[in-house]
Formats: sequence, structure tokens, C-alpha cells
Amino acid sequence: MAETTERLRRTMMFVPGNNPAMVKDAGIYGADSIMFDLEDAVSMAEKDAARALVYEALQTQDYGDAELVVRINGDDTPYYHNDIKAMVKAGIDVIRLPKTETADMITTLVADVAAAEKEFGREEGSTHVMAAIESAKGVLNAPAIAAASDRMIGIALSAEDYTTDMKTHRYPDGAELEFARNMVLHSARAAGIAAFDTVFTNMDDTEGFYRETKHIHQLGFDGKSLVNPRQIAMVNDVYQPTEKEIANARNVINAIEEARIKGSGVISMNGQMVDRPVVLRAERVMRLAKASNLVDEEGNDLEK
Amino acid sequence: MKNNVDRELPEDLMSSLNYQPYETTEIGNPEIQRVAPVVRAQTGDDKLVDSIEDVVKATVKDGMTISFHHHFRNGDFVFNKVMRVIIDAGIKDLTLAPSSLTGVMNDMVVEAIKAGTVTNITSSGMRGSLGDFVSHGNLKNPVIFRSHGNRARAIEHGDIKIDVAFLGVPNADKLGNANGMEGKAVFGSLGYALMDAQYANKVVLLTDNLMPYPNTPASIKQTQVDYVVEVDQVGDPEKIGSGATRFTKDPKELKIAETVNNVITHSPYFKDGFSFQTGSGGAALAVTRYLRQSMLDNQIKASFALGGITKPTTDMLKEGLIDRVMDVQDFDKGAADSMHTDPRQQEIDASWYADPDNKGAMVDQLDVVILSALEIDTKFNVNVMTGSDGVIRGAIGGHQDAATAKLTIISAPLVRGRIATVVPDVTTVVTPGDSIDVLVTEYGIAINPKRTDLIDALGHIAGVPVFTIEELQKLAASKVGNAKPLEFTDRTVAMIEYRDGTIIDAVKEVKD
Repeated sequence: MAETTERLRRTMMFVPGNNPAMVKDAGIYGADSIMFDLEDAVSMAEKDAARALVYEALQTQDYGDAELVVRINGDDTPYYHNDIKAMVKAGIDVIRLPKTETADMITTLVADVAAAEKEFGREEGSTHVMAAIESAKGVLNAPAIAAASDRMIGIALSAEDYTTDMKTHRYPDGAELEFARNMVLHSARAAGIAAFDTVFTNMDDTEGFYRETKHIHQLGFDGKSLVNPRQIAMVNDVYQPTEKEIANARNVINAIEEARIKGSGVISMNGQMVDRPVVLRAERVMRLAKASNLVDEEGNDLEK
Repeated sequence: MKNNVDRELPEDLMSSLNYQPYETTEIGNPEIQRVAPVVRAQTGDDKLVDSIEDVVKATVKDGMTISFHHHFRNGDFVFNKVMRVIIDAGIKDLTLAPSSLTGVMNDMVVEAIKAGTVTNITSSGMRGSLGDFVSHGNLKNPVIFRSHGNRARAIEHGDIKIDVAFLGVPNADKLGNANGMEGKAVFGSLGYALMDAQYANKVVLLTDNLMPYPNTPASIKQTQVDYVVEVDQVGDPEKIGSGATRFTKDPKELKIAETVNNVITHSPYFKDGFSFQTGSGGAALAVTRYLRQSMLDNQIKASFALGGITKPTTDMLKEGLIDRVMDVQDFDKGAADSMHTDPRQQEIDASWYADPDNKGAMVDQLDVVILSALEIDTKFNVNVMTGSDGVIRGAIGGHQDAATAKLTIISAPLVRGRIATVVPDVTTVVTPGDSIDVLVTEYGIAINPKRTDLIDALGHIAGVPVFTIEELQKLAASKVGNAKPLEFTDRTVAMIEYRDGTIIDAVKEVKD
């Protein structure tokens, strides 16, 4: 899991797996992760067609640097095994399990994925998994779920089912989600994997979307699941580092470089020792700055 | 015979219609003798005629050329009312020379062709059942397609000699002073119709709103008008506003629009006093919105906006972001109303707008234009006339004319459904690649290699990948495959003029 945790995952865009036009165009919006949905977006009559469509798209379409995720149908459906086989065969990056409630569900999924990798000659361990938490039970088991497998790259909160389970619904201030958000986030951080916030569905409420995104950014989420490509720019906007943050990060990076040239094991800046968390944060700021087109590959300023 | 964009032209028609093949986008400084209309003097107290029947009887004879404007677009009642009378009068062998033909006119034109009433057509375009009818070889003589600027040129040259112009207006007085701004069916600028009013031998105004004399401001003047006919309704106000003038929410259109705006703002032309033309359609309106924000952010103001005008553009005029609107046509009621109230929104005729054989047209001063395409090929040639089935379903409009701008941007999706937009060769060349500078798609942009100066400016925009147009064409083909070549007969159903009156391409009858 170590090599994938540092990847930027600000935006995970839902793409209905039964919509050819949207599947074809999914790569043009600059989402960090594209999540093809075989589950709730697809009616029962179209389950097989959607699986075949996503399979073909994964073979033929170029989605650039985006991480490719598929939300399969749950293990209580007849589509679960075929979804896993087809997506592993197609070489998907990540399989997202919906309605995850226990670590055992992930253990079972990982075993099924491993078997499929063997069956289709895929490299062992090349298929990652993630869990969507959609119930009170799932939230309470989140620490174990997040730590259930080395293949786990992330854990996501899905608020629609969760709030129903909690006998409430979504409110503009999000107070009803605070516990679940913190549980999911802490579980992810403890396990060293990514944390994704839930979708925001009202496309006409731009202000509400910004408010929620700023909130989850402040909490420390890696990013958000999205229902519309138009939300990508807004999330990136919130996650974009400030000029001051970039300047600080650049100083830290320079200090690291200086220490490397001197052969010194201790990194110091303005006479102060630079701690590892500071280094990690600086590296993350520079990655975000590059992704926001604020700096180039070498870290030099770019015109906005 | 091949022309300079490598199109095979029909020798027989080239010679019988006395045409030259297209050579270049350069107009040069030709000296032109313009024609003038026949004027029958009159000094009476009014020009009112009781009915369309009476005026048709007095003016239209077999073999004549008659004209209409298309400012009412799909809300037009005038065309069908007049053509009904002409067909029923048994008149034959007319040349139909409207500024363009809209969908609501299609069935009537088909009927007029079948009846032998209409045997020749020149227009900016045609769509739907009429395009289909013509593409299947049902009109004996080829349709001549001309851009709006070229129509003005052809009228001034006498290539189009209008005997009778039937011009619907939302107001007029008894002697023929009229404008497009007041009344029930307002459309704003009379830009295209002003040519007909100036050059037709007989000018007939039809209106549902007779105003006290003298009616001002007068766009069409009593000095030009022979007859005024009062009718019950000239148009349906609901359908005059083009349906395409909504603001899009389609993420792909928005992505393309944002990229277009990026290209504009990174170009050397984006500076105080620049000028632009965006046209209608969801993506064009979105560009206007992005451009407005960029102009605010960079404190840049435009000297003028040109062409077909929409409300987002007139809003920028009111906001002070645009100094003048040069208005040949209004696409929505907001833009039409604005012309009425704001003297900085100038009504211009098609000649002033875009005529190449002029002492100076507005398009010559245009910095940036955004145009659409049904197809664009690896030579940057653009087709806005025929569909992927080879059938006529488009209009030149001001495409060739505005493409003379210093920065001509084609905004188009790489593929539409399962059809590639970027192709090895367009079905029909309408606008030559020499006048196209940048193609913007949802995947990225392609810069015309002839514009080496733009490669530096546009080659490194964050989030805007640059491809060669061949790469984009291959990308399109990799998504949708290669279509089987279209099949046509040898019969020519339409000739496409370039704006200088040379022939840039011919459209053949489709083989089903």
C-alpha cells in the first residue's frame, strides 16, 4: 500500500457504467480518479451490458494518468463474482466494494480478486481495493476495515445510505455526518490509506458545495466522490495551496536538497531542524501545486 | 478541374455558370462596378395594398428572382403566406434568393419545387426535409450557397438580381419606413434585409403593425419601398429567439468553452481594445461567459463585438466591457430589445458586416472569432454544410466571412456520438483551412502549422494539451473507427461559393 498512498486523490468522479458517451469522455475532465459504476447507477436489466461496456472501454480508451476505479455490485448480488472477474481481467486499478460493514468482507473480496488475478494472468497484488462505508455498523468497524488488507488504498463515506441507517437525512451543515467523517478519516489515517468524503448531489448549490468541500479539506480528507465533472474544478480550487504555502514548501525542499548535497543527515532551515512531518507536508503541497498548474515539474512558478 | 483546396469541380457547370475555381483567401483590391435597381417613382400618400394576392399579381412574373430575409427564423409567417399565394397563382420558374431558409419554410419550398414554381435557389443554407429533398436530386438546377457577406457582394455585382423582395417587419408606416425593434414579433437588426431593400427592383413590406407616419427610427426607408401590405401576424415571437441561446450545463461543452477562452486569453490579441465575434449556440454563450470573467480579471475591454448578437453580449455592452456592438442579426429578444434602447448597439447591413468587395467591412477589423464545424479535416478545411450522410443540413452563415479574423477558432467536439468531427477529408469544403488558426476540442487543441507565431503563445497553456491535427484525427478514429466512404452520383445538387464568388466545392446527389 505504501507506493499508492501518496497519490493525489482529490476527485473521484462517478461515471455510470451503462452510459457509453460518459464512459468514452470520462478522461477529459482531469479527475484524479475515475470511478465506473456498475452498482446503483445501473438497472438490473443492464448489469451485464454495463460490465461489458466498462470492460471494453478499459481495453480501448486512454484515460491518461487517472486512477481507474470500478464500483462493483455487492457480494449479496448475483453480479459480484462476474464483476470482479471482468474488472481484474481488464486490469482495473482499484475495485470499490459498496456497503462494506466488516473487515471480513474485504478479506473475502481480496481472496476473490487474488483468484481472478491468477485465472487471468494478472500480476499478483496488482489490483487494489477500497471500501465504501454506508452504515452505522460499517462506521464502527471502519478501523478494522481500513486495515484489513495490504491491497486497501482507501476508504470512502457514502452518506445517503448512512444517514438513512441513522434515521436522519442530510442537512446543509453536515452535523449528522461529523462522527462518521471522523471515524472514516481516522481509520484511513491509522491504516495509512486515503479517505474520501461523500458525494454532494445538488448541482445548483455551488455555495453549499464549496462550504462542504472546505470543511472536509480542513478535516484532512484526501478528496471527495463527485457526481458531475463540473465539480472537479471546484474541489481542485479548494485543495489548491496558497502562495505562502508554496513558498514555505519550496524552502523546505531546498533545505532537503542542501542537506543531501552536504551529505548531512539532519535537515535544517533558518537554523531550525526540519521534522519529518514538515517534510511530508511540504512534499504534498508541491504535488498539489503541480496538479493545480501553479508550479512546473521543477517547482518553478507558472503563470495562472 | 480541381481548385486550390483539391476539390474536383464539375466542368460543365463551371463553364455554363461562368465560374472560376477557388484560389486564395486573399481578396486584393479589385475594382468593381456595382449595379443599381430599377426605380419606379411615386409621390402618392400611401403605398398600402389590400392583400398579398394583389401585390403578387402586381409584381411577380414567371422567371423572376424573389427574395426574403430570415430574421424571424423559425417564427416566420411571411415566407409561407407569400409563397402560398405565388404557388396558387401558378407562377413558374422563379429563382428563390432568401438570405437563408429556416426549418419552418422547408415544406413550402419543397411544394414550390414540385409545382415548378421554384427552379433555382440561392441561400446561405438549408436543413431538414428541404436539404434532404435537394440532396436527393429533386431540384433540377444546383443550389448556389453563399455566405452572408458573399450574398451582399453577389447582390451588388448583379450576380443575384432581385426582382421582388418580400420583407416582413414588426412595424412600418404607410410609405414604408420600418425597423425590427418595435411591435409584437421583434427581431432587432434588419441587417440581411437591408441589402434587399437597397437593391431589389420592387420592395414589398409586410407588417402586422401599421405605425403613424413618419415611423422612426427607420432602418428600411420609404425611398426604397414600393408596397406595404398589412397582414394579421408576421411571426411568432416565441419562436424567433433561437432555442440554442440557453446557457449550457453540459460538462463537455463547458470544457470546450473554457479551453476556447484559454486560447483567446493567451493569444496576443487579448488586450485592451480587442474585438470578437462568438455567434449563438450553447458553447458560444458559455465562451462569452468565461470571456467576460477573464476581461474583468484582466481589466480588458473590447472595442466591439460583431455579427449575430445574443443577450450575454449586450449585457457586456451595458456593463461597459464592450464599447460598441455591431449588429447584423439578433439571436434572442434580449439582444433585440437592447438595440432599441442602447445607441451603442449599431445595426449594420450584410455588406458593412462582411462583404469582401467593399471599401472595408467589419470582419476585416475583427481580432477573434469562434466558429463551429460539422467536420474539420487535417488541412483545417471546415464543413458546415453537409452531414455525415452527405445530406445538406447546414448553412454557411458568416462562417467564411468571419474566418478572416486574425484569430479564427473552431470549437467542436472531437466526436459526436459515433461520428468523428476531425476527419482526413471533409465531405464538403466550405471554409478553407488557410483561414482557420486553432481547433479546440474536449481533448485539446490543434494549431494550424501555418501560424508558427501562435505556437509559442498557445503551446504551453496549463491544462490545455496541444496536438497536431493529424493526431486529433487519429484519436477520433481510434474512438469511433473509420466510416465507410459516402456514395454519391455524378449529379451536382449544389455549388458552394467562396466569399469572393469563386467555387470552393460542389455537393453531389447522395446515393441511397
